[in-house]
Amino acid sequence: MSGLALRNVSKRFGDTPVLDDVSLEIGADELLVVLGPSGCGKSTLLRAIAGLETIDEGQILIDGVRVDRLAPGKRGVAMVFQSYALYPHMSVRENMAFGLINIGTARAEIDRRIAQAAKMLEMEHLLGRRPSELSGGQRQRVAIGRAIVKEPKVFMFDEPLSNLDAALRSRTRQEIAGLHRRIRTAMIFVTHDQTEAMSLADRIVVMNQRRIEQIGTPLEIYASPATEFVATFVGSPAMNILPVAQATADGAFLRVALGDGTQLETSLPASAIKDGALRLGLRPEAVRLCAPGAGDTNATVEFVEFLGDKTHVHLALSRGDRVVALAAAPCTARPGDETGLVLDAAAGHLFGSDGRNLKAAPA
Amino acid sequence: MKARARDAASGEALSGALFVAPYLLVFLVLLVYPLVSGIWLSLHKADLFGGSQYIGFENYVRLFKDDVFRKAVWNTCYFVLLTVPALTVIGLALALALNNGTRRSAVLRGLFFSSSVLSVTIVTLIWRMVLVPDGGLIADLLASLHLPSVPFLSDARLAMPAVALTTIWWCIGLPMMLFLAALQQVPKDLYEAAALDNAGWWRTLLRVTLPSIRRTALVVVVIEIILQFQLFGQAQIMTLGGPNNASLPIVLFIYQIGFQRWDIGYAAAASEILFCIILAAAMTQYLASRGRS
Ligand SMILES: Nc1ncnc2c1ncn2[C@@H]1O[C@H](COP(=O)(O)OP(=O)(O)OP(=O)(O)O)[C@@H](O)[C@H]1O
Ligand SMILES: [Mg+2]
Repeated sequence: MSGLALRNVSKRFGDTPVLDDVSLEIGADELLVVLGPSGCGKSTLLRAIAGLETIDEGQILIDGVRVDRLAPGKRGVAMVFQSYALYPHMSVRENMAFGLINIGTARAEIDRRIAQAAKMLEMEHLLGRRPSELSGGQRQRVAIGRAIVKEPKVFMFDEPLSNLDAALRSRTRQEIAGLHRRIRTAMIFVTHDQTEAMSLADRIVVMNQRRIEQIGTPLEIYASPATEFVATFVGSPAMNILPVAQATADGAFLRVALGDGTQLETSLPASAIKDGALRLGLRPEAVRLCAPGAGDTNATVEFVEFLGDKTHVHLALSRGDRVVALAAAPCTARPGDETGLVLDAAAGHLFGSDGRNLKAAPA
Repeated sequence: MKARARDAASGEALSGALFVAPYLLVFLVLLVYPLVSGIWLSLHKADLFGGSQYIGFENYVRLFKDDVFRKAVWNTCYFVLLTVPALTVIGLALALALNNGTRRSAVLRGLFFSSSVLSVTIVTLIWRMVLVPDGGLIADLLASLHLPSVPFLSDARLAMPAVALTTIWWCIGLPMMLFLAALQQVPKDLYEAAALDNAGWWRTLLRVTLPSIRRTALVVVVIEIILQFQLFGQAQIMTLGGPNNASLPIVLFIYQIGFQRWDIGYAAAASEILFCIILAAAMTQYLASRGRS
């Protein structure tokens, strides 16, 4: 099997578990994005694959060969560090050549690869400079170039865009996507920025607190989040979560009642009902404003965010729950207004007390 | 308008001058004045108990013809060559070996540094006990192997190396600490990048570590040159400059001339020469390493 596979990998720092039974597979030409909040173990996962951290349990395989006991340099992986980690006293060319010289690559081959990478990254004019003579974006490219020339089986990026300004970040994001199309190698890209994840990934791995919450294409992650964590972490503004006071299963579909008595019909079959407290998740686009009394419930406008092409209306329901609605750009709502709300529960998700989506296949 | 701006500027300059004044005063009184009066003194035939007479450069001419002084200059340079490279290399090696978070390393770091806090009297006492031919540690070791003892401190060829050994043991703490501080400044991810780049231990040292601590190495060398050219206590206590001036350093020469023969004009001239030698040696190091980078 080609590509990278992790099987039941666990890692502890002393008594603190940092990775807990992580398994995943990456195709040989796939771009996988690892997405998760700060401290969830993303960097540790990459560093374990690279061999910069040992693992306590499980296996790591690259192209079907177990590598978790090999030295970092022997695994066929290259990593672009968040801080770039360029050798400060070497020129750009020497930075790129260092790893190749160390494994005894022929001079002509080194020159060929550097020339090719420099051309691809449009940095031929930078080859003679020291890292201190480069801008942040240029350093970034050198770091990528240093990884490319090694022709690794797996490319890893640890939050490579977080040091760049907004404009450069979006450009570099496109460049990385273009790079992946050209060199078609397995790539793992770590980020805590969901926009980066959505726009780059073939598949996304969402991590939270040492574990994988869900693996899926960007569309799957957005449209059918496996857990409440994934649902609220992905999407901006975040999904509205409303506690369900009572769920009834007397018709074909599951019906829920909110705290203020609002009755809603979901698209879940009645048989999906689960014990314990349920929570209804509604994306802002599933919440619409209407005339007072004309919708499922009423709410008070708290404040209005006008964003040009669209408007986010923040509302308070009568029992104190808060929701955000997505409205068309010229929105007449004003703070303090009473308004009606249409809640499209059929497009929503129900989460059980364990946080899992009732729609998803039972775990 | 313009005049007022000029007034403001000069007022600012005045208050700036007031801020540096205390330091300037100390600098003038404690450094510049003694330096100038030392040069002035070196141009006189002067006695410690008054009476001085201007003789121009005669003291310097005498020094260049003085075999004992020439020997002292050579001895001191030899001593610096014995100690400074060794202190730098051993200091770096210890720092590399002890640059980790283990408890053992912490204890050893403290141990190696502890000799630096001892006074020269104690250090020389310890090393006399190691080096003396009858009953010394080395002599006992040799005796247990049925070998004859070696008179380190009374052999003309061994006296200076013995003083150098003592000095290295005494002074190793500072270079080690400076190198340790420098090593901790090297970003950890450079080492991780090097590991991913298949660089072995030796190559990582040469291509990543050493270039990153070059400035500290320069500081260590310059500091040690300045310190070791001023060798005095160890030679005074261990060998008294002997045998036959074989371990007589410049400072001990100055001391003997000035405070035993009371010829302070002559001693001042020797001091000025030592000052110039140290300045030249330190500057050469500094310029050489700047030229290379
Ligand atoms: N050397 C270490 N010793 C002990 N704990 C560590 C060590 N390195 C990381 N951790 C802990 O492991 C957890 C995961 O760290 P990791 O760096 O993988 O997070 P991350 O997901 O990359 O976060 P970020 O987005 O902030 O970079 C954190 O809680 C961190 O405190
Ligand atoms: Mg991280």
